[in-house]
Amino acid sequence: MNAILLTGSRVRLACQDAQETSLAFARWQRDTQYVRLLSTDPAFPWSAEKIKSWMVEEQEKPLQDEFFFNIRTIPDDLLIGFVGLHEFSWAHGDAWVAIGIGERQYWGKGYGTEAMRLALQFAFMELNLWRVSLGVYNNNTRAIRSYQKAGFQIEGLQRSAGRRAGQVWDICFMGILRREWEKSLE
Amino acid sequence: MNDNLLVGKLVRLSAVTEAWPEAIARWSRSSETFRLMDSGVSSPYSVKATKDMFDKEFQQEKPNNFLFTIHMLQDDQMIGDIGLDGIRWTHGDCFVGIGIGEKQFWGKGYGTDAMRIILRFAFYELNLHRVSLNVFDYNPRAIRSYEKAGFTHEGRVRQSLNRAGRRWDVVYMGILRAEWERMNAGQ
Amino acid sequence: MMTIEKSLYEGEQICLASIDHENDPQIESGWTHDAEYIRLLGPEPVRPLSPAQIKKKYEAIEKEIEEEKNSFYFTLRMRSDDRLIGFARLNWIEWNHGSGHIELGIGSPQDRGQGYGSEALKLLLNFAFDELNLHRLSASVPEYNTTALHLFQKAGFQVEVRRRQALQRDGRRWDMLHLGLLRQEWSP
Repeated sequence: MNAILLTGSRVRLACQDAQETSLAFARWQRDTQYVRLLSTDPAFPWSAEKIKSWMVEEQEKPLQDEFFFNIRTIPDDLLIGFVGLHEFSWAHGDAWVAIGIGERQYWGKGYGTEAMRLALQFAFMELNLWRVSLGVYNNNTRAIRSYQKAGFQIEGLQRSAGRRAGQVWDICFMGILRREWEKSLE
Repeated sequence: MNDNLLVGKLVRLSAVTEAWPEAIARWSRSSETFRLMDSGVSSPYSVKATKDMFDKEFQQEKPNNFLFTIHMLQDDQMIGDIGLDGIRWTHGDCFVGIGIGEKQFWGKGYGTDAMRIILRFAFYELNLHRVSLNVFDYNPRAIRSYEKAGFTHEGRVRQSLNRAGRRWDVVYMGILRAEWERMNAGQ
Repeated sequence: MMTIEKSLYEGEQICLASIDHENDPQIESGWTHDAEYIRLLGPEPVRPLSPAQIKKKYEAIEKEIEEEKNSFYFTLRMRSDDRLIGFARLNWIEWNHGSGHIELGIGSPQDRGQGYGSEALKLLLNFAFDELNLHRLSASVPEYNTTALHLFQKAGFQVEVRRRQALQRDGRRWDMLHLGLLRQEWSP
């Protein structure tokens, strides 16, 4: 039982302080490319106050059914993004992972991949899940490559699931099984 | 996938309705029944008290608990309750608790049948790894029933109870998924 | 041809209808005691519910429809005597993408295999494409639910995603299938 969870070499997964995190999220949301790649929700600049109120409401629930972390760099401790496990199907050992790197200058440099690896280690070694799922826009090739590096396999495409910027996007579903994750560590 | 998961040979498990708090109040009037099931002070509950408790407790959803009432198959009478509690999903562990409310239904296999149903539920629907229980050592009928259902003795908390002028242990038992599967192999 | 006169709700034998808060809870409570019914619908662990709990569920459903404005819930009823036989739901509607998710269930085994599911699906697709003007629909089906799989495929859905081993029941693993239907693939 010696594995150090949640800390890598260039990033660590940390708590989400509602005050600090809501300010960061509000700032990141002004980058609409980030927002539109991140989810299917319509892009909209929510206030930090509003975001904070959602976070506090979630964190004060008696039964926490989400594990969301902030991604902080090592050694500078800069908050660059978030990663979380949610939508648990506990009886089946399945959950969804969501990740976003809000600070653009940290895209394409391996920070996201390392954060994802830490999240998977948490999912398989602490939550003892059987598999982890995710959805990503098919044209977000940088993200797909990162997820593949972390061990995810493509499981299909939801066709025309997103309409953005006058284009029709597919949503790529990916999944990683526990034994595939174990193998990826070898 | 055709078995009805919640139906056994003698009993079936059903949702908890308002009839349950009424029954609890009735059962609590027997101190013998109460003392077998509960380490709290034996005292008869009013229907109002149990109904208030029921309304309060059942307000929110409880994803980590599964409580059922036990009904006889022959006439659908509610004779007790059984539930899984304290599910720790990441460890695949939980506690089971059962009570047959009326003495006339003890020792007839209803409890053992209900326990069989809930173990199948725990292992084949919730996919848990093990089920735990505790039982008072002055309840040998229950202990025998649990042994028959496949539980192994895992320890005892010595002299944990003080009743009727003497000390008693609380016995802990458990069953692992692999043990349960071996027991049911070929069925 | 779709015209304003053609009923959105009426099929041949069944219809889409509203919830009867008085009488439906008792019937639906019965369905939830049939483990096979719950297991066919999806991954939610089997949990029998009392009529009181179902009533609360109905209230929450209508509250969500009113507040979130991204779902629609119908009861399925026999046209002949208004008997409740199942439900149909359109949810996870993302208006900006014109997408939604479909779910339906026929509560009692005796009512299955009668074509009611096909009729309900037809009505639901018509509602989604012709009233909500959606552009694509999804459905999720556990791989062991071959009846539902055929039902959706016959209506034009394609299997798009296979989430491997996403379910575990009765001691073995099963895949979760996600199907999709685009408006241009739908024929009314």
